[in-house]
Amino acid sequence: MNYITHLGRYTLMLKGMIAKPENAKVYWKEFMLQCGDIGIGSLGIVSIVSLFMGAVSAVQTAYQLVSPLISKSTIAQIVRDTVILEFSPTLVCIVLAGVVGSRIASELGNMRVSEQIDALEIMGINTKTYLIMPKIAAALLMIPLLVIISMVLGILGGRFAGGASGILSYDTFDRGLAESFVAYNVWFALIKAYTFAFIISSIPAYYGYYVEGGALEIGRSSTKAVVVSCIMILLADYALAALLLS
Amino acid sequence: MIEFKNIKKKFGDKVVLDGVSHVMETGKTNLIIGTSGSGKTVLQKCLVGLLEPDEGEIIYDGKSFTEMTQEDRKLLRQQIGMLFQGSALFDSMTVEENVKFPLNMFTNDNHSKKMKRVNEVLERVNLKDANKKFPAEISGGMKKRVGIARAVVLNPKYLFCDEPNSGLDPVTSMVIDKLIKDLTLEYNITTIVNTHDMNSVMEIGENILYMVQGKKEWSGNSKDIIFSDNKQLNEFIFASEFLQDAKSMRMMEAKGKIDHDEFTREAEEK
Repeated sequence: MNYITHLGRYTLMLKGMIAKPENAKVYWKEFMLQCGDIGIGSLGIVSIVSLFMGAVSAVQTAYQLVSPLISKSTIAQIVRDTVILEFSPTLVCIVLAGVVGSRIASELGNMRVSEQIDALEIMGINTKTYLIMPKIAAALLMIPLLVIISMVLGILGGRFAGGASGILSYDTFDRGLAESFVAYNVWFALIKAYTFAFIISSIPAYYGYYVEGGALEIGRSSTKAVVVSCIMILLADYALAALLLS
Repeated sequence: MIEFKNIKKKFGDKVVLDGVSHVMETGKTNLIIGTSGSGKTVLQKCLVGLLEPDEGEIIYDGKSFTEMTQEDRKLLRQQIGMLFQGSALFDSMTVEENVKFPLNMFTNDNHSKKMKRVNEVLERVNLKDANKKFPAEISGGMKKRVGIARAVVLNPKYLFCDEPNSGLDPVTSMVIDKLIKDLTLEYNITTIVNTHDMNSVMEIGENILYMVQGKKEWSGNSKDIIFSDNKQLNEFIFASEFLQDAKSMRMMEAKGKIDHDEFTREAEEK
């Protein structure tokens, strides 16, 4: 199957997903369940990655800033901007592509292989709307929230690492954080987060929904979903940076 | 009643269904039988709309299914129940939630009314104490019974069963067969069962369609099978010596001339 066919089928899947729910209450329950799985389920790994990402960023920036002419507070500015602009939206979303993406692809793949999707179709339920839409909607709500949490934790990680290792004091770090702050960077990060959230949820949903075969194919499609999602995140990252920052 | 005319289906160059026509009657257990690869599962999937036939017409009680809009099909499907070969229960839901799911989706009844109906159908399939168990915690036979309960919870007009006895022991198979037959009579539904289980064919086959390589080879009921001289059908149904003896016995029984001593003597001579 070539790329054009995949793209066509993916587009048709998204089009088929937009329909009136058979019962709004059931869909709302499914949406809340997905919010829990995607948001609360990924909070632990996002927190750990973010704290260490900020800490390493502070230590490495200090290591490279050897000139006595540059103020120590610059370290805090660099940590803040790299975390907000790149690490939190992009790195965290790549981690989420692995965590959330593989879960979505394998869940739908298993439902397809064990005829659960057919069972829903027979009942007269639009399976694309019932199974895919709540996942994408939940990802669009929860992933930007996770990215915001990651920004805060990343900066806190950098602050702690800087202070604990004696690179710069907490006061200097706090002063640096407030210097040359550009609010647009946060908006830019959120635009990235929404774009990546859509990629992380819709591409694995596509690979899982259309899986054919048995258990082996579920594993393969899950891996393929994560790889394609990561590549698409990186491509979108570059495209957004070129469009919105240049 | 479900009528289908000249159904054809190809996958690539392989012809799977080659002009199959038949009428599935209301209030009867209609069986589609045939060897593996004869096209019975594809035929059933075409009938419920999981696959589109390349040619032919499917008519549900006078309404052409093949010409229906997607919306009309969705409405019709709410009158269809289906039991899948692997049961297709939702892993993340308990037995009770599985059975309640169609009620949640398509009715506005309150919780107690829904639970009353759930318990009613679970009791009907002899599953009273399994409400809170997950599909992974119950046996294959119990899964099939939950599948049946879920299929009939909305009082369907049509019930499809794909290999309901696959992977079950003979005793459990008989229980499932009896349940399918009883429910068909009780709710006066059009039941279509795909099977190659000989016990099912003989016990519940009221209207049988025998398929060979995508074509209709023979049709009739379980009594007609005994007297049929169709070579392929006889080879398929009475494949073993034991089943051939059983056929002789059934023939004598049907003719009212059974003599058990003579039968034993004949068997010994063989």
